[in-house]
Amino acid sequence: MFSYHRPASTEEALSILSREPCVPLAGGTDFYPARVGKPIQENVMDLTGIRSLRGIEERAEGIWMGALTTWTDVMHADLPEAFQGLQQASRTIGGVQTQNAGTLCGNLCNASPAADSVPNLMALEAQVELESVRGSRRLDLQEFILGNRKTAKADDELVTGLLIPKPSANAFGAFEKLGARKYLVISIVMTGVVAEWNEDQRIGKIRIAVGSCSEKSIRLEKLEKECEGKRMDQIRIRTEHLENLSPIDDIRAKADFRLEVVSELILRAVRQTS
Amino acid sequence: MEVETASKTIRFKLNGQACSIASNPVTRTSDVLREELGLTGTKVGCDAGDCGACTILIDGEQRFACLTAAGQLEGCDVQTVEGLAKDGKLSPLQQAFHRYGAAQCGICTPGMLMAAQSLLNVKPSPSREEVEDALGGVLCRCTGYSKIVAAVLEASGTETQELPADADSGFGSRTRKVDGEPKLLGTEIYGADTAPDDSLWMRVVRSPHPRATFVLPSPEKIIEENPGLMRILTWQDVPGNNGFGIYPHIKDQPVLAKDQVRYRGEAVAALIGDRKSIEAVTDDDLGIEWVPQDAIESYESALEGKISPVQEIHEDNLLARGFLKKGDAESVYEQSLIKAQGSWETSYVEHAYIEPEAGYAVKRGQRLELFVSTQTPYMDRDEVAQVLGIGPDQVRIIPSAVGGGFGGKLDCSVQPLLAVAAWILEKPIRCTFTRPESLASSTKRHPAKMKASASCDKDGSLTSLSFEGDFNTGAYASWGPTVADRVPIHCSGPYFVPNILAKTRALLTNGPPSGAFRGFGVPQSAIAHEALMDSLAEQTGIDQLEFRLKNALRKGQKTGSGQLLENSVGQAECLEALQSRWQEWRKASEEFNNHSEIIKRGVGIGCCWYGCGNTSMSNPSTMRVGINSEGTITLYNGAMDIGQGANTIMIQICAEALGLPASSFQFIMGDTDLTADAGKTSASRQAFVSGRASQLAGEHLRTQIIHLAEAEEDANLRLDGRTLWVQDKNGEHSILLSDLLPRTNGDVLVGEGTFDPPTTKLDENGQGSPYATYGFGAHIAEVEVDLKLGTTRVLRLAAAHDVGKTVNPTQVEGQIQGGVAQGLGMALMEEYVQGVTENLHDYLIPTVGDMPDIEILLIEDPEPLGPFGAKGIGEHALIPTAPAILGGIRQATGVSIHRIPATPDRVLQAIQQKGMQA
Ligand SMILES: Cc1cc2nc3c(=O)[nH]c(=O)nc-3n(C[C@@H](O)[C@@H](O)[C@H](O)COP(=O)(O)OP(=O)(O)OC[C@H]3O[C@@H](n4cnc5c(N)ncnc54)[C@H](O)[C@@H]3O)c2cc1C
Ligand code: FES
Ligand code: FES
Repeated sequence: MFSYHRPASTEEALSILSREPCVPLAGGTDFYPARVGKPIQENVMDLTGIRSLRGIEERAEGIWMGALTTWTDVMHADLPEAFQGLQQASRTIGGVQTQNAGTLCGNLCNASPAADSVPNLMALEAQVELESVRGSRRLDLQEFILGNRKTAKADDELVTGLLIPKPSANAFGAFEKLGARKYLVISIVMTGVVAEWNEDQRIGKIRIAVGSCSEKSIRLEKLEKECEGKRMDQIRIRTEHLENLSPIDDIRAKADFRLEVVSELILRAVRQTS
Repeated sequence: MEVETASKTIRFKLNGQACSIASNPVTRTSDVLREELGLTGTKVGCDAGDCGACTILIDGEQRFACLTAAGQLEGCDVQTVEGLAKDGKLSPLQQAFHRYGAAQCGICTPGMLMAAQSLLNVKPSPSREEVEDALGGVLCRCTGYSKIVAAVLEASGTETQELPADADSGFGSRTRKVDGEPKLLGTEIYGADTAPDDSLWMRVVRSPHPRATFVLPSPEKIIEENPGLMRILTWQDVPGNNGFGIYPHIKDQPVLAKDQVRYRGEAVAALIGDRKSIEAVTDDDLGIEWVPQDAIESYESALEGKISPVQEIHEDNLLARGFLKKGDAESVYEQSLIKAQGSWETSYVEHAYIEPEAGYAVKRGQRLELFVSTQTPYMDRDEVAQVLGIGPDQVRIIPSAVGGGFGGKLDCSVQPLLAVAAWILEKPIRCTFTRPESLASSTKRHPAKMKASASCDKDGSLTSLSFEGDFNTGAYASWGPTVADRVPIHCSGPYFVPNILAKTRALLTNGPPSGAFRGFGVPQSAIAHEALMDSLAEQTGIDQLEFRLKNALRKGQKTGSGQLLENSVGQAECLEALQSRWQEWRKASEEFNNHSEIIKRGVGIGCCWYGCGNTSMSNPSTMRVGINSEGTITLYNGAMDIGQGANTIMIQICAEALGLPASSFQFIMGDTDLTADAGKTSASRQAFVSGRASQLAGEHLRTQIIHLAEAEEDANLRLDGRTLWVQDKNGEHSILLSDLLPRTNGDVLVGEGTFDPPTTKLDENGQGSPYATYGFGAHIAEVEVDLKLGTTRVLRLAAAHDVGKTVNPTQVEGQIQGGVAQGLGMALMEEYVQGVTENLHDYLIPTVGDMPDIEILLIEDPEPLGPFGAKGIGEHALIPTAPAILGGIRQATGVSIHRIPATPDRVLQAIQQKGMQA
């Protein structure tokens, strides 16, 4: 017999997890598609009964998004301009059904190279909040996602939320995604950008992250540096800026195509923020 | 090994009623609704969130039932399609769907309705964009979404279009689908929606390799360890011939492979038992010893002969050839000053009907009864009989409602396997393919590799066309020979070409069998002939539409196969109907381009022609219509309605011929015990062939009534309860139906009609009259290309088609809109790769957001052989779309795409290559 738990509190969930290994279940939009035609033979920890994990709050350390926050929640939330990219991304996830069920934290935990939340959350410098009976810890997104479908989460841990440092008032976010159809489309390449613009239309601080171009989304720090102090028309993306990307050929596109279009997408995203 | 999660009591509200179930809480809600609560209105097309057919409302929000754990329903308010109608009355949204013909096959309809309702609940008057956003997560393969969006907007009252009332259900009217209501209510029964209660389930074990030999260990141990697993069927269990296939003399695909497999997805064994057990026993548990072998996966390796042939009996991997020769194309081309040539390659394309293959079989005495989603009940009957080694009269096929076919449900899928299992276990057996299984095992559109050239004189009159095409027919024959035959006849397009040379080959490879898919190879070859037309037009300086008009086939001319066209040749009219839009659109796109650097627009054109019915073969259809003592008229319709609307138009036609209103008809579809053989639903033949048979059946019944009443030929008939009134100039005669002696099925009068379209055999040069009639058409498409990303969007499309005579405008429009969607998919995104795109998120078909505005222009040049002048449209609708889109890309970017689909990476590469040359 396998067990199914649907606890009402995080404490209860963690205590069960400390005793018995369970697969966490949130919106199920990754969980079930991975099990087509197969019986479900595993212990399941359904998190959707934990009310306190759903919601977006302003806290002293920044903006907190509970682990059960869905794409739809983000889309409709009243958030600073820096979150525009994340909100734009929410609208491109599957269709409304996926947005209503799927959670951002589920998207992170699933750790697909094409996870659309990741470049945006990286550009927002989000941290992942992990809890277990052993205690809690916070990891930068880069530390949390280790590779394709690999995260730093231990078996007895849950992701309980995301913490995003409060962006400055002049920070704007944007997201660009390339896919082969309008809805229900997985990114061939995508990028999330958060930029602070000074009054003289020069970039102050900028964060640029790119997904679907390597095992996991990554920030382009060389390019970020290059952009600082520049006006839009002065930005040039060169090969060296993209040197950390290692795209692959797959059915959606060839690797060199990804490298080809990523610069254009970045430029468009940066332009959107200006 | 049978272990599962303990069940749990779950309480929620279901369609307004309190509901409490004891279920395994990790079960998908779709399964709970369908299998435990019997609410089969919620459909399952993928179990993966990709199709949206299972969309329900949870606390008012649209959600996938297939991705929601039953345990998550606790305390929720759940609404399914069954809850939409009130007191048996269709909701306003359902009514709008009905009026607009928004449900074709109807398998996506429950999901569409729920998605739309969730929007209308919060936004009673949404914009088109909001409607598209709300429906973006539900796929429809039939309608092209146009009528669905229109219906939602209408229901909301923001965009009302005048619709004539349904008072008129006669020939030519927009009468609503006779089988529409159950599709809207969620009560329609598809292949997976019913089975006897004591049915066992079947799961098919399939090859993970494109080519391999294998040994299947004796199953006793596994059966012993799994009490719920009753039997593992192998090739040895097939009582008759372990082979099936479309052609009576080519039964080359094993029901269950013996010791070698020829494509990934080929069936090797079937597990029979309770559902949980057959799912829990994995393929790995069976311990099959696979020895993978070098597979033939390209045209080159099929022809080289280095790897042993796919099938021993076809040493050169050549399954079939097609040939057509008229005049001397080669030397005319040589001498010509204006010429064009090119090569093109297309991909495997999947039918992607939203309903996966499904059905059940049961042995009744010495007969086998098969309930199945099919396009061709009579072929299934004969196929199953030879697999079981019994007579066709011992088999009864009862077709379910069909959730989309498009050619893919002409081949057998579950049929032979279910039949064998039910026959030897003597128990009812059911099976529903999973989506990955459906994708891996089912037939596809033939990939093609084509070379073609054409020439014209300086006035722009075509002088020659040559075509060579290799069609990858996959591991088994299926419809390969049909494609090889049909393409040479059509590859010169709807043009008068004095000299033609066409050669085709169907090559066997270790890919999935290529079968029938809307157009039998003609959509592929149209890409070639239309690109050639554009190039020749450009060289002569003639406008591309005018060039086509100048060369359009006309009455009194002969086709490539030497057939004299005497009637119903509306190609020129189709082009003329598009002329003003063509000029306007081209001008608009040029103006746009003057101000846009990165986004460029272009307008392209594509033409088609297509012979209705089988190629040079008898393909008769018989229809019966009876009237019983109660005054009910029944059409015994053997012509499968797969969403295209055969049930409705056959009644419209028959009613017109009989002279009684369509509303007094009921129908029985496809049951091989109750209907006559009307042939298969393919080759755009049903409206034309079975339509004519329906007309003849109606006339036959009418003649008997007139005779009985001793009335004049032109008498008016009227049905009043059990009395049939016949009025002529001499007065009114009455026939009391209950006074007449019942004949078959309780009918007191029965009319029958048979029609077999006249064709002739083709000679060794492909000369003859292969079809009794042809349909014609042309599309123009405006596209927008992003020069930096290679993405293409189709902005608007106008389609003109000569349909002979329109039986039902709503349905014809629906066929065209759906055809355009499939043509668009083929042009821009659809590419099946075995082992790679075996789900609907890697295999992409158009969503509601990918469809352009579609304008439809119906041309009527009546076909005297067709029912009241009508002919087919099913396949025609798809053929010109891809050429028009590719022409638009060419116009926008200056580059030609030679590898289809034109995905962003291919388009960008072509743009860059051109930039490098410049
Ligand atoms: C049709 C469709 C389209 C989609 N399109 C996109 C798209 O365009 N872009 C995109 O990025 N994604 C897309 N997705 C995937 C996206 O929906 C998921 O990644 C989603 O965000 C995951 O959230 P969930 O709540 O559904 O996770 P679940 O499926 O419930 O879980 C996902 C994984 O995360 C684990 N998990 C979940 N929550 C926690 C937690 N709090 N702590 C620890 N582990 C946890 C689970 O154990 C599981 O392994 C699509 C999915 C579907 C079905
Ligand atoms: S069955 Fe649920 S989305 Fe396809
Ligand atoms: S009507 Fe939409 S899939 Fe058939």
